[in-house]
Amino acid sequence: MSTRFQTTFAKGPALVCFITAGDGDTAANLDALVAGGADVIELGMPFTDPMADGPAIQAANIRALGNGTKTADVLKLAADFRARHPEVPLVLMGYANPMIRRGPEWFAEEAAKAGVDGVISVDLAPEEDQDLGPALRDKGISLIRLATPTTDDKRIPAVLEGSSGFLYYVSVAGITGKQQAAMASIEENVQRIKSHTDLPVAVGFGVRTPEQAAEIAKVADGVVVGSAFIDLVEKHGAQAPQHLKALVEGLAKAVHSARKATA
Amino acid sequence: MSEHTPNSYMNQPDERGHFGQFGGRYVAETLMPLILDLEREYRKAKADPAFKAEFDDLLEHYVGRPSPLYFAPRITEELAKNAPPGKGAQIWFKRDELNHTGAHKINNCIGQILLAMRMGKTRIIAETGAGQHGVATATVCARFGLPCTVFMGATDVARQAPNVFRMKLLGAQVVPVTSGRGTLKDAMNEALRDWVANVHDTFYIIGTAAGPHPYPELVRDFQSVIGREARAQMLSRTGRLPDLLVAAIGGGSNAIGLFHPFLDDPDVKMLGVEAAGHGLDGDEHAASLAGGFPGILHGNKTYLLQDEDGQITEGHSISAGLDYPGIGPEHAWLKESGRVDYTYATDKEALDAFQLLCRTEGIIPALEPSHAIAAIVKVAPTMPKDAIICANLCGRGDKDIFTVAEALGVEM
Repeated sequence: MSTRFQTTFAKGPALVCFITAGDGDTAANLDALVAGGADVIELGMPFTDPMADGPAIQAANIRALGNGTKTADVLKLAADFRARHPEVPLVLMGYANPMIRRGPEWFAEEAAKAGVDGVISVDLAPEEDQDLGPALRDKGISLIRLATPTTDDKRIPAVLEGSSGFLYYVSVAGITGKQQAAMASIEENVQRIKSHTDLPVAVGFGVRTPEQAAEIAKVADGVVVGSAFIDLVEKHGAQAPQHLKALVEGLAKAVHSARKATA
Repeated sequence: MSEHTPNSYMNQPDERGHFGQFGGRYVAETLMPLILDLEREYRKAKADPAFKAEFDDLLEHYVGRPSPLYFAPRITEELAKNAPPGKGAQIWFKRDELNHTGAHKINNCIGQILLAMRMGKTRIIAETGAGQHGVATATVCARFGLPCTVFMGATDVARQAPNVFRMKLLGAQVVPVTSGRGTLKDAMNEALRDWVANVHDTFYIIGTAAGPHPYPELVRDFQSVIGREARAQMLSRTGRLPDLLVAAIGGGSNAIGLFHPFLDDPDVKMLGVEAAGHGLDGDEHAASLAGGFPGILHGNKTYLLQDEDGQITEGHSISAGLDYPGIGPEHAWLKESGRVDYTYATDKEALDAFQLLCRTEGIIPALEPSHAIAAIVKVAPTMPKDAIICANLCGRGDKDIFTVAEALGVEM
């Protein structure tokens, strides 16, 4: 049986969309992303200390927590999403501490029950896999790891060990939402990583426009966009869904155009 | 000394940077290669006699080490007054408040900037709460001519204006951090964000024995000069080892520096003192061991103040230097192993102890070691008269006189 990730990435370059759970009307915003053409959803688990994130996602985390968002709410949002969208791969993305607070087995069990396909734990280095990896794999949930420009060839096997679903290539050494890396660097690094693995490679950090997304989709299996959506959620509040849908339509068209080009 | 036996308390961490279940390397992937590089470079430096010689030379001639070991007769006498017959231990202080810049922080900064230069890094960043580590970092950057950026919570910038000015005088750029509540935890987040974006040329001088491996180990090693000196000085002055060591704990670098060289001396007991703020009943304290749970933050697994969802809660202490929701991972392990006892002192107890030391010994301590003194006030009268307590006076109180005046209702 193929996983939702396999089915999705088999179609060609995919658009991966991130928003923070509990910031705005998350269910409506997620539906708008899917309606606009998102292929994979990353649902951010808010954390008090998002140290790898830039100002936009930091603020989204604080707004979500300020709204009283609890881990149980994030899991509920995930389960409801799964019920409404049985086919769309769903990833929980966040920091290690909220994921291990009640024990990794608890988290893996609840995520599996909610229909989550993958987990990204930003500060869980491969060296500390024991804290979460075995519990997730035991429940059939993919642990999606990050590779960066500083991850050299010697280190890539360690990053790939125990990871599945897809690999997230962080294109800039920096925090979310800032500048984009040069295309030449992205292409070179994605090819380098792909020489080590058959996993799809999605590229993120600093991607905001359809033009950027189209360029990346030519060389990668996926394009991740986050801060641009978060900005719209912050700016438009209850009216965010229509704006999200408009942006995601443009991005999805750009990413999917690479499918025809390669087909 | 049984440094190499399997039962030693001194051979932590393991090769992966774990102290039992604590410690480790929990950082974003961008930083991992650098962290591994730092570890390799530190191993080489540790084995290099030239590195040690330069470190020792700077500690002697620039910092002013060894710091004195001082028998404090009047506070000993004062605390013995209310003790039962035959009780009332001798109180000695390791005077690290006499170091250049007024605290133990400089020991570590000297070691780390030497490492930074070995690694060819050309820019230094640091986080600071009260400003002591920021001042110490700015000091060594001025000494070695490296540009220095210090991240400091906006709240702390406002309440620690003299230290902000000191850092600026020393040529550092001070960046106020407005995320979160604008305190030490937020400053550390922002320093990590800067580091991730500038890994190629930047060295992060972490101020306490916490963070990703190898920081807890190397900060401990650099601070262990405190305990090594105290051990030799005590033996030479009294012919024996102390019965009890006492030190205040925020992140825990002064305490681990004093404790570590004594860990395999079974007759030496140790007491770490956390900041209990307004008391452990509510949330207004910074006692991670007494009131927290194991978790992951800022690169290591350790005891953290956190809620049931793993969200980090803000600590409180009258001492900005102890106002941090975590603690160094080696302390978490020493607590679980039972080798070190941990207790706590409230803001009020620390303030009382602060004034007691001023009046009895003519020493104005920082609010951080005032917590250690508060614990001594309780424990000294229960110990025999010939027992020896050695406490680390890890900082002087000049920086705290405004805070103390406000707490005592004195207008300045």
